[in-house]
Amino acid sequence: MEPFTTHSGIAAPLIRINIDTDAIIPSREMKRVSKDGLGEGMFANWRYSNVATREENPDFVLNRAPFRGATILLTGVNFGCGSSREHAVWALKDFGIRAIIAPSFGSIFYGNCVRNGILPIRLAEETVAGLADMHEKNPEARLAIDLPAQRLRDAQGGEWSFDIAAADKEMLLEGLDQIAMTLKHDDSIRAFMARDRETRPWIYA
Amino acid sequence: MAQPLGKTLAERIWAQHTITQLDGGATLLYIDRVFLHERTGSIALKGLEAAGRKVREPGQVFCTMDHIVDTFPGRGDDTRMPGGREFIVTTRAAARAAGIHLFDIGDPNQGIVHVVSPEQGIALPGVTLVCPDSHTGTVGALGALAWGIGSTEAEHAMATKTLAVNPQKQMRVRFTGQLPFGVTAKDMVLALIGRHGAAGGVGYIVEFAGLAVEALEIEARFTLCNMAIEFGAFTGLIAPDEKTFAYVEGRPFAPKGAQWDAALAHWRTLYSDADAQFDEEIVIDATGIAPQITWGTSPQHEIGVDGLIPDPAAEADGNRRTAMERALSYMDLEAGKPLAGTPIDAAFIGSCTNSRLSDLRAAAEILRGRKVAEGVKAICVPGSSRVKAAAEAEGLDRVFTQAGFEWRESGCSMCFFAGGESFGREERVITSTNRNFENRQGPGTRSHLASPTSVAASAVMGQITDVRTLARKDA
Repeated sequence: MEPFTTHSGIAAPLIRINIDTDAIIPSREMKRVSKDGLGEGMFANWRYSNVATREENPDFVLNRAPFRGATILLTGVNFGCGSSREHAVWALKDFGIRAIIAPSFGSIFYGNCVRNGILPIRLAEETVAGLADMHEKNPEARLAIDLPAQRLRDAQGGEWSFDIAAADKEMLLEGLDQIAMTLKHDDSIRAFMARDRETRPWIYA
Repeated sequence: MAQPLGKTLAERIWAQHTITQLDGGATLLYIDRVFLHERTGSIALKGLEAAGRKVREPGQVFCTMDHIVDTFPGRGDDTRMPGGREFIVTTRAAARAAGIHLFDIGDPNQGIVHVVSPEQGIALPGVTLVCPDSHTGTVGALGALAWGIGSTEAEHAMATKTLAVNPQKQMRVRFTGQLPFGVTAKDMVLALIGRHGAAGGVGYIVEFAGLAVEALEIEARFTLCNMAIEFGAFTGLIAPDEKTFAYVEGRPFAPKGAQWDAALAHWRTLYSDADAQFDEEIVIDATGIAPQITWGTSPQHEIGVDGLIPDPAAEADGNRRTAMERALSYMDLEAGKPLAGTPIDAAFIGSCTNSRLSDLRAAAEILRGRKVAEGVKAICVPGSSRVKAAAEAEGLDRVFTQAGFEWRESGCSMCFFAGGESFGREERVITSTNRNFENRQGPGTRSHLASPTSVAASAVMGQITDVRTLARKDA
């Protein structure tokens, strides 16, 4: 996994509440048993005025320069709710998104982001609205994220700190393979299983 | 000396599965059961294979075919979905290589994952169960701690038998009183989401409790927990009771003999203590709930079927107002008007929310001796092949087909794009599923979520209908 430490990039305002993973990657855009090449299908129903021919909808924010090259999304409450499909995160990553800033996230989506090197940042709704407004007016402005310091800085000098669970932060910073991390506790896992076989034998029948 | 505070049911199951507390706040939880399906499970199995890792306990990993497979009679590996065959063939090969139990196409036990898992006795009270599917919390209705994960986490759960999980807050939703005639678990959960929002449960494990919940049969409890994710919750669950134990007993993978006795003794200790601390508590009077229906493109856009479509102008929150306006435009509806009486093009009964035998029986009771209105496409997709067989054994298939419904093989079907099928652009569908998102059931399709009986009544009338006008009280 690609580690996330610091990042500075174009931030696209897409302020809608409850954007679901069906909207991020529609079922019909998941055509193969693969994590790759999903960027083209990202937001397909909003991004294309004709999904079949891929004719672009010029009004959609990610079709407008310079947001076409956005690496940060500014969005609404409960982003990534709905289906667990990790394809939503793989699609965003394939498009080039590195961080998503929203007041809240769907819980499975949030975990999927962390496991794929995308930083989900929770900020107060007014803060996200203010940032979205600023970037709408100054599309070329870059937003700077410092994960070790848990700080966010806009081009006008505004600064915010954000919270993230220490475990999620570590996974993103190190780009770690979580299975390898967990297997460091293999002795504890085996001991638990041995005890558990005695106390709950029906689980193993 | 202060007494330690009591535990909630979820905290109790969490504690029983805690292997170790990790640096950084997460808990390493032991995972009893993993369930997969061919859309997101295929990629998890392939990922494990590619990394050269093995499934730690293949006997506790299960897989079904539901998300890609089509539901037409006589189906095989080919589906109308472009590229669909690859999902099915890859899943089968990977499942065989991993040595896990597969409920394949043609297996009499195949079906929708969250219908199969309790039906087979794989989901049990007190277990931790995960699946790369958001509606996994459905089986929390048995008193399991079950939640949806991504494919990468599914690899982790299979390889290590564990997941590292961040702490969750605790919420209790109590439905007091008695549910009125014609009102179902689907209406209860829609009413909850309507009042508290699709993000109302974000960050919480939600325990459903109260008289109206205790009165629900187990299949209805699945419906309630199924849509906890639509409330934004990490998962939902219900304390197991005698109905739960009776439901579980004798199922193929359920414990037997002395194991059953030991399990039962353990399950009887699974409840929230009287002094358990919930971070949030919501109380809803069940007696005041009418049949519910959604008017918009989020499950929170819902009203009683006898109500009026709300006016966005009355919404103080700007983002919510914009979402409402956008939804009304997408749905081609007008604020302030009744939703009942709106003509429909299609009716769908199926999905992990409402496709169990009791759902089909209730819908058939409405349909018996009646016909679907002319021009309405009506489809019924049983939740599992077992549900289908049981329904056929009591003649329900004939009630559906004589009324004008298509009667299908089991799978997720038109809840989304399963089997490559969709409803048409601007078609208005009343559906027993869980998501009314834009384009979910087809590009430009307008979905109205409701109970299976509301769907049946509306199919007969050709318009959105208050089921209470057609329901037979003596039935």
